[in-house]
Amino acid sequence: MTVISPTTDQAAARATSIVAAEARARARLRRRHALVIGLRLAILIVFLALWELGADYGVIDPFFFSSPSGIWEQIWSWVTEGTSQGPLWLQMYVTLEETFLGFAIGAIGGIAAGIILGRNKLLADVFSIYIKIANSVPRVVLGSVFIIALGLGMASKVALAVVMVFFVVFANAFQGVREADRAMIANAQILGASPYQITTTVIIPSAMSWILASLHVSFGFALVGAVVGEFLGAKQGMGLLISTAQGAFNANGVFAAMIILAVMALVVEFLITRFENYVVKWRPAPFNEQGT
Amino acid sequence: MQLQTMAAEKLSQAAPPADAAIAIDDVTLRFVTPDGHMMTAIRDFTMTVARGEFACVVGPTGCGKSTTLNLVTGLLRPTTGNVRVMSNPVTEISRDIGFVFQADALFPWRSVIDNVAAGPLYRGTPKAQAYDRARDWIARVGLARFEKHYPHQLSGGMRKRVALAQTFINQPKILLMDEPFSALDMQTRTAMQDELLGLWSELKSSVVFVTHDLEEAVALADKVYVLTAGPGTVKSVYRIDLPRPRVMADIRYDQKFIEIAKVIWNDLREEVQLGQSRGLQTGH
Repeated sequence: MTVISPTTDQAAARATSIVAAEARARARLRRRHALVIGLRLAILIVFLALWELGADYGVIDPFFFSSPSGIWEQIWSWVTEGTSQGPLWLQMYVTLEETFLGFAIGAIGGIAAGIILGRNKLLADVFSIYIKIANSVPRVVLGSVFIIALGLGMASKVALAVVMVFFVVFANAFQGVREADRAMIANAQILGASPYQITTTVIIPSAMSWILASLHVSFGFALVGAVVGEFLGAKQGMGLLISTAQGAFNANGVFAAMIILAVMALVVEFLITRFENYVVKWRPAPFNEQGT
Repeated sequence: MQLQTMAAEKLSQAAPPADAAIAIDDVTLRFVTPDGHMMTAIRDFTMTVARGEFACVVGPTGCGKSTTLNLVTGLLRPTTGNVRVMSNPVTEISRDIGFVFQADALFPWRSVIDNVAAGPLYRGTPKAQAYDRARDWIARVGLARFEKHYPHQLSGGMRKRVALAQTFINQPKILLMDEPFSALDMQTRTAMQDELLGLWSELKSSVVFVTHDLEEAVALADKVYVLTAGPGTVKSVYRIDLPRPRVMADIRYDQKFIEIAKVIWNDLREEVQLGQSRGLQTGH
């Protein structure tokens, strides 16, 4: 048996070439990041410019499809002079309040119901059929029921947002509880955990990624619930603003309200992502982190 | 008796003595499958582990090796026969038991120290004291620098060390292990086996170690149980008289070790072949 060892000369030269290669790789990553941002901006500018020019030269009829400058003027006038229903901030505040209330009630209810049914086989078997039935009812139609029952005020919008959120969160929480790892539960049991300790320290944390995923989707649903509720009948809110603009054939107003709602949704989405990263910081970083 | 001179003494099965740490006495376990059939997991199964003894269970795939462990924890109840742990009949999960799983059973949302402290905290130890003990056990398995890491930041071997610390912190009198090192590479496994023997000799627990690796069983055990192809029952029991302390990296080259492994392998081979041909017939 002969031992064959590698030669060790030129180690210093190799080290410097590695440093240079790393610097080159970092520069390449920076350039690529700048390229992605630049292309994104370029697409936005081209899109807005085509829309604006199309409206100016009569290719697109601004009466139906509005124009970027028209939308901007509408937003500016709402901000400076207020809307026909009062200040813009108040409309945004009312819609956000309904959305958040509905979101919170629906999410907490959904999580609680998901955990209780997920942990209890008998309850799950008994109630699963009713949940399926309730889930298949087109929920937007319930908006009319809530307005008849609860009136034009905040309660009917909150109720609609709650039913929009509840089922999504419930289904995810239930699934998350069911998918909790058997070995992990057995481990906790043998380490000495009581059933209550198993629920709080094993079941809920392991269902957390499922629940958080559903919160992303369901916040959008809560916003839809609140806006549709206002659409169907309200005294305040962004939904009423859209329905008023629609009644007056004011395309600028419809688009402007739509954009304001989109910005509100994006801001809250960002906050939920921050919250999620804080809660599940134990999770390994996603494999593909680029492009953000 | 030629076998005795080779340090692998074939034992005859008798009724378990009263003071054994674990006594499984003539147990048969049947259960009903989801589609309504009766399945026999193990039959006429008798096994005794004395206090401080290290017993290994080997057998072909699907012969009910893990079932024997679940009988001791109480997660499964025998259909006939009885199981006693520390002279008491098994009614619930005993506080004397520790269990190391084959799969990763650490809590991924807890850091290393929170994982190790879980046992004492579940059992109502005050927080400060639980964390002091956890720190001590983490140091003993050589992970003092990794207290604040999360499981996904550790290698497979390091996670197994955490699992050992998590189990040993409860100072179990009975230690059950279900193929704990089967997912590790050869070098890490050898290191973990040494680690385990070290911890075991301090704590003097009674161990049941399930494995499909005969060499691992012979290297670790005082006593090796060979099971038949399923439904499993004890085919033969061997006492392994290799001197302790044993060093895992060297023992596999020991002449006596090789002889013992050969003798037991001759016994096990028929069952493995039987198990595999049955598996092919039923498609499992």
